[in-house]
Amino acid sequence: MTLIHSTTFTDAVLVRGLTKSFGSTRVLDGIDLTVPTGSLLALLGPNGSGKTTAVRVLTTLLEPDGGTVTVGGHDVAREGAAVRRMIGLTAQQATVDELLTGRENLELFAGLSHLGRRHARRRAQELLERFDLVAAADRRIAAYSGGMRRRLDLAASMVSEPRILFLDEPTTGLDPRSRAELWSVIGELLGSGTTILLTTQYLEEADRLADRVAVINGGRVVADDSPAALKRQVGTERLVLRLSRAEDAPRARSALGEAGAGADGGDREITLAAHGPDHLRHTLNLLHDAGVAIERTELRSPTLDDVFFELTAVAA
Amino acid sequence: MSAVLTPAGDLRLLVVRNLRRESRLVDGLIVNLALPVIIMVLFVYVFGGAITTGSSGLDYIDFVVPAVLLMSGGYGAALTAVSIAEDMSGGMIDRFRTLPVGGWVIPAAHVVASLARNVAACVFALAAALLLGFRPNASPTDWLLVLAVAAGYVLAMSSLSVLWGLLVDSSQAAGAFSFVVLFLPYLSNGVVPAETMPPLLRAFAHHQPITPVVDTLRSLLLGLPMGSSGALTAAWLTGIVAISAPAAASLFRRRTST
Repeated sequence: MTLIHSTTFTDAVLVRGLTKSFGSTRVLDGIDLTVPTGSLLALLGPNGSGKTTAVRVLTTLLEPDGGTVTVGGHDVAREGAAVRRMIGLTAQQATVDELLTGRENLELFAGLSHLGRRHARRRAQELLERFDLVAAADRRIAAYSGGMRRRLDLAASMVSEPRILFLDEPTTGLDPRSRAELWSVIGELLGSGTTILLTTQYLEEADRLADRVAVINGGRVVADDSPAALKRQVGTERLVLRLSRAEDAPRARSALGEAGAGADGGDREITLAAHGPDHLRHTLNLLHDAGVAIERTELRSPTLDDVFFELTAVAA
Repeated sequence: MSAVLTPAGDLRLLVVRNLRRESRLVDGLIVNLALPVIIMVLFVYVFGGAITTGSSGLDYIDFVVPAVLLMSGGYGAALTAVSIAEDMSGGMIDRFRTLPVGGWVIPAAHVVASLARNVAACVFALAAALLLGFRPNASPTDWLLVLAVAAGYVLAMSSLSVLWGLLVDSSQAAGAFSFVVLFLPYLSNGVVPAETMPPLLRAFAHHQPITPVVDTLRSLLLGLPMGSSGALTAAWLTGIVAISAPAAASLFRRRTST
């Protein structure tokens, strides 16, 4: 049995025991999520982990098999229309018309949201200004860059001023500059009181934007915590040491003692958590004294793989 | 905007969107502007000299104009299947579904936009025919009826086309419908007199809907006796619309409900 959680109107999104299968494949296997009003939850996971399916259920595009899903106080299965009035969605696939201009797209969606013709025109202009698209307003979307397209998609989701916004991998495939621009737009939306649930494959993105990160893998939430707490769990940077000779590996591991015992990697590679310059010097000294030749050292940020490695290691 | 006007307003917005899309696609323009003229020229100059019009005793251009009208309007109408299949397979449908738009409005907008474009294509074909020497003998009432039959045919083909576009999964498969619509007139009394065909094809030609539509248009344009073809045309076109339009609306609702 799942625990009975106290439900208050302060939670914009509340998911308990959500399951969804396609045929015999169980894509969501009992998901619990909570997004307090005005906060940002990042749903972090690799391809095929169930992120998009979860977003499609939460936005009423798919029916849940089991569990309860409440968005803005309304049940997605029974009160879909009420949910749709409160939410905006930027799906992974572009949901704007390539052959229309940015302005035409926004005016179309504003019109279909029943704002009235004059109000729709004004709303489109406001959104173009807010998302920095005025210069490209009268060009067709087909001529937009990836970053501009995502911004227009986001603007289209904001036409009816939704209180809850769902963003499915908003920055996937964008160059670093467009990504930073989109991050600042998302930060502004959050600042103006919008509740946001976004999915991402990037730990850095979750760290940068989220109040809380739910890590999802194989249709289950394997961790749900603040970014700081997750990072503490995963460790900071990784130190990768490539040995000159494979036969040195056992000697290198024993020389590193406790740190080396926890290290993983192939025959000639040892990866361990890095703890600053002193730790690096100490590690290299230990190996030097043991007569282990190092071909190359490398520092890298923890990847999503590291997160899963750590989290599944903890769970096991 | 009042609640009663909302679906009409949505429909207008979506029809404008569809017409804008089509006018910006090069092949869309070719289908609507160039194809009617090309087909007309092809039939009059390339085939015209070699085909006899049998017992009708008509000049070939006078004989073939109705069939070319139906090919011109029908081909564009059949491409509506591609438009709606693209909406369904791309991300647009997700955007529409999160907006408070009534279920039937989206397929209906495709049909209405197709009607506007393809009746225009019929008018182009007719204008080309007149330039090439077509000499109709029709009263103003006849002309109005010609327009009504052409519009009815385009409406019927557009509704069928939307239904087909919703039944198949990809826009490539949706495109196959245009071949049916383009070739069906060959197996009617439209391009060659059905009486010249072998018995099996002649039977098919006599019982498929294109033949009464062609016969009706021909008698209206040339001031010939109508016979039963007018009633048959009305029955066929009304029947096709009455079955395919609700079927398309219900299929659309089913495909977009959770």
